[in-house]
Amino acid sequence: MTSAAFLGLAHVLRRLGAGTLAFITRLGFATRFALAVIRNSPAAVRRIHLTLRELYFAGVLSLIIILVSGLFVGMVLALQGYDVLIRYGADESLGILVALSLVRELGPVVAGLLFASRAGSAITAEIGLMKATEQLSAMEMMAVDPMARVVAPRFWGGLIAMPLLAALFSTLGIFGAYLVGVKLIGIDAGAFWGNMQAGVDFRFDVLNGIIKSFVFGTAVSVIAVFEGYVAKPTAEGVSSATTKTVVVSSLTILALDFVLTVFMFRGLGV
Amino acid sequence: MPDTRLPVAPAASRCPDIAVELDNVTFGYDARTVLSGITMSIPRGKVVAIMGGSGSGKTTILRLIGGQLKPRSGRVIVAGQSVPDLDREALFEMRRGLGMLFQFGALFTDMTVFENIAFALREHTELPEEIIRDLVLMKLQAVGLRGTAPLKPAALSGGMARRVALARAIALDPMLVMYDEPFAGLDPISLGVVGQLIRRLNDALGITSVVVTHDVYESLKMVDYMYFVAEGRIVAQGTPAEIRASDEAYVRQFVDGEADGPVPFHDPAPAYADDLFAHD
Ligand SMILES: Nc1ncnc2c1ncn2[C@@H]1O[C@H](COP(=O)(O)OP(=O)(O)OP(=O)(O)O)[C@@H](O)[C@H]1O
Ligand SMILES: [Mg+2]
Repeated sequence: MTSAAFLGLAHVLRRLGAGTLAFITRLGFATRFALAVIRNSPAAVRRIHLTLRELYFAGVLSLIIILVSGLFVGMVLALQGYDVLIRYGADESLGILVALSLVRELGPVVAGLLFASRAGSAITAEIGLMKATEQLSAMEMMAVDPMARVVAPRFWGGLIAMPLLAALFSTLGIFGAYLVGVKLIGIDAGAFWGNMQAGVDFRFDVLNGIIKSFVFGTAVSVIAVFEGYVAKPTAEGVSSATTKTVVVSSLTILALDFVLTVFMFRGLGV
Repeated sequence: MPDTRLPVAPAASRCPDIAVELDNVTFGYDARTVLSGITMSIPRGKVVAIMGGSGSGKTTILRLIGGQLKPRSGRVIVAGQSVPDLDREALFEMRRGLGMLFQFGALFTDMTVFENIAFALREHTELPEEIIRDLVLMKLQAVGLRGTAPLKPAALSGGMARRVALARAIALDPMLVMYDEPFAGLDPISLGVVGQLIRRLNDALGITSVVVTHDVYESLKMVDYMYFVAEGRIVAQGTPAEIRASDEAYVRQFVDGEADGPVPFHDPAPAYADDLFAHD
């Protein structure tokens, strides 16, 4: 090996090592931060109006995008599903196909992705700006802990909002599929709903979906408040933190989804 | 519920007349040393000014007193307690008796002016809403901005925001108030009013005030004692009378506002000519 190639390799390895270390350090920070948020949560419960306010910002204000997306995803799913099912004469299974796709996967995942870009980014930007304009410092100097007053309510607001949004997403999606499948294409309504009712299991499908959306909601909320809180107190710092929230949350959702699905999967008999 | 008085630690009885004491304090951000051996003592019930050029470390001194920064060495004593040694709880306890006007206001942008000033009252007291309302309006009246109570800070001018921040700093009737540049951005009328307000509050409530400022004339009118900071050290100190009479170069440069003198106008940097022609 020439020395230049060796140096190049060493350089790559060093970069890789530094990157890994930085990642692990940040993960450690984020975990400690999350624990600190939990510790400060009783304060968020005591000042419940703050948490409700954040629930409003993270939840109610995300409704439009979640509902509209859910509707469209459901409608598209019905069209595509029908196209495949009709080849096997199984078009009456459209209801169950759509319901399972939404409740198990698309509801939590897509709602999570939308939630990260709609509410997560807003939380990060708000906390980051409060930091950049010394509002968090001012709060500390007034003997009020920003973890309890600012961070914990936003965390809980996001965490509670997310499963509700995912449920609404799935509901609207199923409604959209009903519109397309039954009203537009003309599948028998009784078969559509009946198959769905018979084929969707509460424990394995609905509950697992809810668990997923809880996990994603927690992840996005932690990431959003963390990135905002550690953002560099400058305009660029806040903007890069906001971007990071969306990117990191999205990747985390997809990765967690895979892991959770493996655990919840029954098809292989494991 | 916690009350709002500064807790009197046993140690405070040893020197009851000193509200804040810095003893040979050094501090730096990262590699850069900002303060190198600051010693000052701020007597209870007095108005003390800390003066110095831009970047001389005045805000840093306030942050050390408030416990937001820890000194590299030296002691910071507030009400008889060593601030760097306080744990978080004790630090917060101390800060309840402390008001601070931030250099850039730092008003809470998601709250109205009224809520900004009510913030500490609501957080730290169990006062009924009517009393909070009266207290808030009193503070706003003192800075001449009662009419702005329902506005968001974004709707205020710079000088108005500063006065609201001042009202917020004194909301809890603290024992010690630190004003970081209270005069910046004020018109001559508000400037005089705010100067008098700081003095009056100090005397009427028996609080201790630390005023960080560039404004020599305004502070000569209203303070009891002044410290001049330059290059991380105290370069001059005295009562306004002493300062006026002083012929120390630092003081004269400040009082007469000259760019050339012992206090450099320029931040340390390579020689100007070298920088300009660095591309050659
Ligand atoms: N967060 C920080 N990180 C690194 N350096 C800092 C930081 N804050 C201040 N400094 C540096 O410390 C020095 C003192 O800053 P400080 O804010 O205390 O000055 P100041 O006397 O309040 O100035 P001004 O009158 O302009 O407000 C400056 O040189 C500044 O560059
Ligand atoms: Mg300053």
